Amino acid sequence: MDEEKPTSLFARRLLVVTVTLTALWLILPLLVIVPISFSGENSFAFPPRTWTLQRYVDLAQPMWIGALINSLVIASLVAVGASFLGTLTSFAITRSTSRLIVIVRALVLAPQVVPIIIVGLGIYLVFLRLDLNGSYVGFVLAHTVLALPFVVIPVAATLQTFDRDLERASASLGAGPIATFIQVTFPIIRPALLSGTFLAFLSSFDELVLALFLQSPSLVTLPVLLYRRMTDTIDPTVAAVATIQLLFVTTCMIIALFLQRRKDSNDQAPAAET
Amino acid sequence: MVVPVLILLGVVFVYPTSIFLLRAFTHFNPPQVAGLDNLVWFLGDETNRIILVRTFTVASMCAVLTAIVAFPYAYCMTVIGPRGRTIMLGVLLLSMFLGILLRNFAWVILLQYQGPLNDILDAIGLDRIRFLGTAPAVVMGMMHILFPFMVLPLYSVLNGIDRRLVLAAQSMGATPMRAFRQVYLPLAMPGIIAGALLVFVLALGFFITPALLGSPRQALMSQLMFLQFDLQAAFGRAGAMAIVLLIIAMVFVILSNIVQRRSRAYGDAS
Repeated sequence: MDEEKPTSLFARRLLVVTVTLTALWLILPLLVIVPISFSGENSFAFPPRTWTLQRYVDLAQPMWIGALINSLVIASLVAVGASFLGTLTSFAITRSTSRLIVIVRALVLAPQVVPIIIVGLGIYLVFLRLDLNGSYVGFVLAHTVLALPFVVIPVAATLQTFDRDLERASASLGAGPIATFIQVTFPIIRPALLSGTFLAFLSSFDELVLALFLQSPSLVTLPVLLYRRMTDTIDPTVAAVATIQLLFVTTCMIIALFLQRRKDSNDQAPAAET
Repeated sequence: MVVPVLILLGVVFVYPTSIFLLRAFTHFNPPQVAGLDNLVWFLGDETNRIILVRTFTVASMCAVLTAIVAFPYAYCMTVIGPRGRTIMLGVLLLSMFLGILLRNFAWVILLQYQGPLNDILDAIGLDRIRFLGTAPAVVMGMMHILFPFMVLPLYSVLNGIDRRLVLAAQSMGATPMRAFRQVYLPLAMPGIIAGALLVFVLALGFFITPALLGSPRQALMSQLMFLQFDLQAAFGRAGAMAIVLLIIAMVFVILSNIVQRRSRAYGDAS
């Protein structure tokens, strides 16, 4: 990989500049939200002329707390459901010899590609009849369908490269199928499953379009409330929520990076001894 | 093992989507058969045709522009060291994790008339531009969200390219530019097409971004569908639009598959 000579210094510098600008383009827009959250004005004027902490105090209102709790409950249930069903599906996709499994794979991925508004309108029609609109069950079912690919893609990819001799070895040493799964298979798919579960949680926590169809006055999720506060009124409290979310996600990523590095050095340590 | 998943997908995806699409052939009151009335209504109305064309223009712009911006990024990820790659991936994930809604919100702040971008234009002596409510604003917001969907498939293809081939071309006298164009780019093409196609298809269905950054006067298909539902519960009309959108999206997917197969066959023959 690194044997390539620098084709030309200029090209290399151009690449560095382009990539840096792209990275800034990805990150900088997110940072304009932070000062808005301290804005003392009832507008999104940037930079704000007056400052206040009132937005963060406002978040303690039952309206925001309620929406947050709804979103957290739904996203947690979705994460659990999607990781369970997604793991089953991943096994089926990678281990089945049936030709129909291609269809299952396509079906699992389809809801992510079909325009969400079409899925939303359809679900609205059906859930109207089943009386699921405005219910936790409706939200969890609909969001689980959207979240499945986030689990199936990484877990199926891991299973694809999985050496099944490990399972056979475990079985030949007397372990039952369940013991084999817990002691051999599960530890191998765990990283993929964990990141899949996390993404499934996030996809539900963040989902707005289906939520617009499924919401009811008594069941509003955080994205629905944020959307309303952005469009119906101009409410800088939105920026306070965004800032908290930004802080939370950044912290999570730094922790993940830190854990990864520690794990890497742990993995390398025994190798260094030999 | 797949039975529970199939039941879930059946009840919450396949069945709803189908009955919604079938609504296209019914009237406001479902039992009444409308035949192709809704499709005729949709395609017969000039405003609707403009919205359809606009949706495809915006989606194509997103696909092309995102491909151009993403290529250097994905390429850089294949040549940079592991630590740099982690950082580049981190930047990508950080922007992804904030969610579509909040990222669009950031663009509302940036692009507003008295916003930072216009302040910059003002400072360098240019006129302020009303970005919000226009198609370019929608494209900017959508590109920001679709960028990772371009980079990730592109990166996986670029990473598999043996760059010694480029060196070989250069050692045989090709200029770096020519080696890149004639050796590297054709090998990268499947990744570029796959990424651009994914971006294009996803862009066709965007709803939140045009709702926040666009305006009803510059509506896209998703907004129009939502309006039909929201204002008059005209599921038939929305269904007809959905059918048109899906058919055209599928045509593009099939076309690009054919092109890719052709170019592969051509590559084998030469």
